[in-house]
Amino acid sequence: QNNLALYPRHLDEEEFTDILEERRRTTDLGYALRTFNPQPYKGAPSGSTSDLKKAVLESQYLRYIAKEIALETGSSVEKVRQEARGILEEMSHNLQLGFIRLMGYTVSKVFKRLFRSIYVNMEGLNMLQQAIQESPVILMPNHRSYVDFLIVSFILFTYDIPIPVIAAGIPLASMKVVGEILRRSGAFFIRRAIGSDKLYWAVLSEYVRTIVRTGCAPLEFYVEGFRSRTLKSVVPKLGMMDMVLEPYFKGEVFDITLVPISISYDRVVEESLLALELLGVPKPKESTTGLFKASRVLQEDYGCMHVNFGRPLSVRQLCEGKINRSEYNLIPRDLPQRPSTEIQDCVNWLAHLIVRTQEEGSLISPWSLMACLLLQAPITTLTEEGLQWHGLTEKTLWLRKLVLDFRGCLNWPDSDVMSSTVALHHSIVHHKAGRVYLVQDGDPASQDPLSPEEGVMRTAAAVLMLVSYRNQALHVFVRPGILATAIHITKSTQKDELFSFFCFLRDVFSNEFIFIPGRASQDFDEACSLLQKCGAVHMSQQEVTVLETGLEVLSFLQKLLQPFLDSYQLIFRYLCENGAHVFTEKQFLPAVQNLATKLILSGDLHTFEVLSSDTQKNVLAALRRLEAVTKLRASQQNEYKVNKAAVRRTGDILCKIICDIPVKIKLLFCVRLENFVLFFTLLYLKMIRLQLFTTPA
Amino acid sequence: MKWNGWGYSDSKFLYNKKGQAEFTGKRYRLSGMIIPGLREWMESTFGANLQHKTPAAPILNSSAVQPPTLNEAFLKELKSTGIPFSHDAEDRVFRSHGKAEKSLLMSTKQSSMFFADCHNDVVKIVELACKHNVCLMPYGGGTSVSSALECPPEETRSIVSLDTSQMLNESGYCTGHEPDSMEFSSLGGWVATRASGMKKNIYGNIEDLVVHIKMVTPQGVIEKSCQGPRMSTGPDVHHFIMGSEGTLGVVTEVTMKIRPMPEYQKYGSVVFPNFEMGVACLREVARQRCAPASIRLMDNEQFKFGHALKPQVSSIFTSFLDGLKKFYITKFKGFDPNRLCVATLLFEGDREKVLQHEKQVYDIAAKFGGLAAGEDNGQRGYMLTFVIAYLRDLGMDYYVIGESFETSVPWDRVLDICRNVKARIVRECKDKGVQFPPLSTCRVTQTYDAGACVYFYFAFNYRGLSDPVHVYEQVEHAAREEILANGGSLSHHHGVGKLRKEWMRETISSVGMGMLKSVKDYVDPNNIFGNRNLL
Repeated sequence: QNNLALYPRHLDEEEFTDILEERRRTTDLGYALRTFNPQPYKGAPSGSTSDLKKAVLESQYLRYIAKEIALETGSSVEKVRQEARGILEEMSHNLQLGFIRLMGYTVSKVFKRLFRSIYVNMEGLNMLQQAIQESPVILMPNHRSYVDFLIVSFILFTYDIPIPVIAAGIPLASMKVVGEILRRSGAFFIRRAIGSDKLYWAVLSEYVRTIVRTGCAPLEFYVEGFRSRTLKSVVPKLGMMDMVLEPYFKGEVFDITLVPISISYDRVVEESLLALELLGVPKPKESTTGLFKASRVLQEDYGCMHVNFGRPLSVRQLCEGKINRSEYNLIPRDLPQRPSTEIQDCVNWLAHLIVRTQEEGSLISPWSLMACLLLQAPITTLTEEGLQWHGLTEKTLWLRKLVLDFRGCLNWPDSDVMSSTVALHHSIVHHKAGRVYLVQDGDPASQDPLSPEEGVMRTAAAVLMLVSYRNQALHVFVRPGILATAIHITKSTQKDELFSFFCFLRDVFSNEFIFIPGRASQDFDEACSLLQKCGAVHMSQQEVTVLETGLEVLSFLQKLLQPFLDSYQLIFRYLCENGAHVFTEKQFLPAVQNLATKLILSGDLHTFEVLSSDTQKNVLAALRRLEAVTKLRASQQNEYKVNKAAVRRTGDILCKIICDIPVKIKLLFCVRLENFVLFFTLLYLKMIRLQLFTTPA
Repeated sequence: MKWNGWGYSDSKFLYNKKGQAEFTGKRYRLSGMIIPGLREWMESTFGANLQHKTPAAPILNSSAVQPPTLNEAFLKELKSTGIPFSHDAEDRVFRSHGKAEKSLLMSTKQSSMFFADCHNDVVKIVELACKHNVCLMPYGGGTSVSSALECPPEETRSIVSLDTSQMLNESGYCTGHEPDSMEFSSLGGWVATRASGMKKNIYGNIEDLVVHIKMVTPQGVIEKSCQGPRMSTGPDVHHFIMGSEGTLGVVTEVTMKIRPMPEYQKYGSVVFPNFEMGVACLREVARQRCAPASIRLMDNEQFKFGHALKPQVSSIFTSFLDGLKKFYITKFKGFDPNRLCVATLLFEGDREKVLQHEKQVYDIAAKFGGLAAGEDNGQRGYMLTFVIAYLRDLGMDYYVIGESFETSVPWDRVLDICRNVKARIVRECKDKGVQFPPLSTCRVTQTYDAGACVYFYFAFNYRGLSDPVHVYEQVEHAAREEILANGGSLSHHHGVGKLRKEWMRETISSVGMGMLKSVKDYVDPNNIFGNRNLL
């Protein structure tokens, strides 16, 4: 059960090699044209991409689905199959060695410009090279920037390892020329919002399964589903994961190897765009001209990039004892069959495990630690008075030690760390006369003075940039942080009481942070042991006592998570006070933003994070998961319904309670029923007493 | 016959003074021949070495065998009936194991051995066993590979083994039922285990061959009143008997269909570029329902093994021809010697039909890239089946243990199950600390409309392992789990015995178990037939 053993060993800086160094020494043309002779999977067919397409179209599965659809819609089978052919054309990759060389040439040029170095762990690459020969390999990088789309292919090309095919969003395909180049470099394109398009699902899943089943190329996809705008790990999406794992569940391959890859940046190319996007400024459409406009980003220095290849994980080993594959024995495997909940849970668990492993392999930069600390200072200090430089560097060093205690991977350059870090991030902070200030966009000497609301947004943009860099370090602190919060709120020393509250918070925040399902007690134990290790608490059989020496750690951790508590609380409040039972996402997001802006201006709210659409969506997702809010199926515009109606359905008693009790308790009620029974007494008393959810007067 | 190995005492493999492998005796086509390739194959496949020899204990020490638990009253009464019996240690050990690996290393708890001659003898023995509460274990031919003949360790009663192998007279007729063990197994045993024969495509499996069965049970004798070819009289009671594995009674009389001896027999073989093509061809043959008496597809490893068993060629001409064939297949046709595989065929019937049939099968094979590879290869393939068990004994002399097991599986899963089970065996051996890569190979031995029977062989060099038998059992267990996870059956024809009992419930469901259990409870409430197989 101890999955921590599966995580990659924490790698020291020494084990990373800078691949750009070699690129700077020899010509890119020579590099692009060198012999490329990788060792493929031993069972791989020698077929071309058109063979792959043919195999998909001719598959029993697709024939069966086409017949079904023809029957349902009344159109002819041939027509449906024609449509399937069209979908496949739009989707499929067209990997060609010539374009890989072109890609290698271009990417090398661009990366040398953007980054000082790209560090890769050679041990991980060696293990990957082995694994690729043994079984079909799935490369699973995190996705923090557009830049990393081809980085894995670039590295594999450099080290003579088979080039992967990569799942990409369809907008990329519509970019002129570039879309085609990407397609020929191995990208295949998936529509967004497939919804209930049965034929599309069928073509996509058969295409993915065929790639895995035949092992014709390693498959690369982002298990998080999309680029994380907040640089924080995203709760994994399961659709692709299902398709990828099915050939193993159905026994069509002996094993599948998953390789988590953690890509970390000193500085993310699209940092300011991300912040604006989160504040509701719409994301620019991916277009070729947009790409050229973006070329000014090429002038900037983005520091280093680390690509950490995790230890290859055997799906067979991971699933051992968790699933019974014989459930697929009674139906021919090329017919569709809904997997059992046992299998679904296993897929979900695996997906979370991968994201956690990606987190563990990410390198934390000094800048992330600084961001943690900067965000704990009052906002006026950052914007007006400035934060003492000396104090900040001292505290950053203190935090470095804490990260090491918590077994985080650090990327700590040897010389002149602090000032070079601040210099690299001149777009966010600047250092002047012993003080550090937050840089706010726009010309301060502009003729039109900003309205207070505009001022909030301007600060928010800068703060959200800081937030995303803080997020890069969050995974190390989350578990002890939640325990620290539990200690802070309950003021209890009883281990079981703390555990209950820990589970409650873990449950509420499981759309925000990555928790592997079913590992609550391991997470709790981990949090306890880490806090004990850094000398913050003393543990006995029954009790957890706070030590005098631990106050600094506990207060840091508690403050680190405070913005999340505040944001959730605010949105809960909005939902309950807002009279409407039904709302759309389009109404919800700006309304929350308005409320939050007001409260920030009045000084009642101290975090800007609630302004981020990501936070708002996470709260909504959490409430949906806890069945307090339901999404209306028929609606096109993402309409949601607050669960009052659903509650009414389940019984009058509950409804009465919901209507009669104060707002704060109402929300807790919506949290799953079984939890309610467990936590009600505890929460009711503690919340009121400790004013976690204070009702505004 | 050997007590500590397979088959006849005069037939065995050994390395002669020159270090060449040789098969002794006169019984088989390979007997008395030198097999030059075997040594190299064994050395390269297992890392086995002539220097590392583990001689099997040749003489049975009767003091090493547990003294029998005797039931004097039962014996006394039985002696008066005049049925021959024995307490001899060697007899008892011989009768208390089949051919599964671990039984070669165990002792026995049996007390006496009876040699029954006719139905009436058996009736008397069963009656007396019931009266004195003695545990009976029918023996048959002793070729079980599922630990079915092992004495249950929890049995405290006196255990009596009942040898019925003398009962089958040389009939001179052809039943067409030819399991690989046919030299040693008994008719009653075939019925009790739901046996399958090599030529089932023409003659059928045992359930198709049997017309009438008589069985002595503690409740009395069960048999049908007539010999009609098919009856609709509720569930067929024969099916309670076939596959009951000695848990219900002793099969004393069987009426089987007989067929005239075939006029003409012809072997054949086909080489395929890879195993996938071979399986596709067999499936097509099954689809067209034109399978010859036997059709078997060996994978590449087994093809190489078959090659290693080629006897020394007598003339330069033959060896020149062999070289030419090899050149044609690998160089001219472009077959990869590490991927190609071979199907062996056996046709039977009247001459004209056989030739016609042969052409049809070769035509199908050609569509799947198959090349006819001659009668000789085919014949050697079948001979292999009979001598492979002897080879296991040679392996054991050089730290190599091995076993075979079977399953049946739908057509669409044949390739996957073969790949996955072989890979699982290799991985398990590695995980369990086996120092050398194991031999892990399979062949498709029977075709049906809906699927095929697949045979797996695995063997490994156990030098450096402290508990090889345990490792061996773990690997076998893992392989069976893999088979079940991939949609294979628990057994095609070896039966369940005690070796595969743990998977019975998931195989036939709890209700199915209940049905079998209630039959057992009615027929044998005191568990006189207490070998504890099956349930």
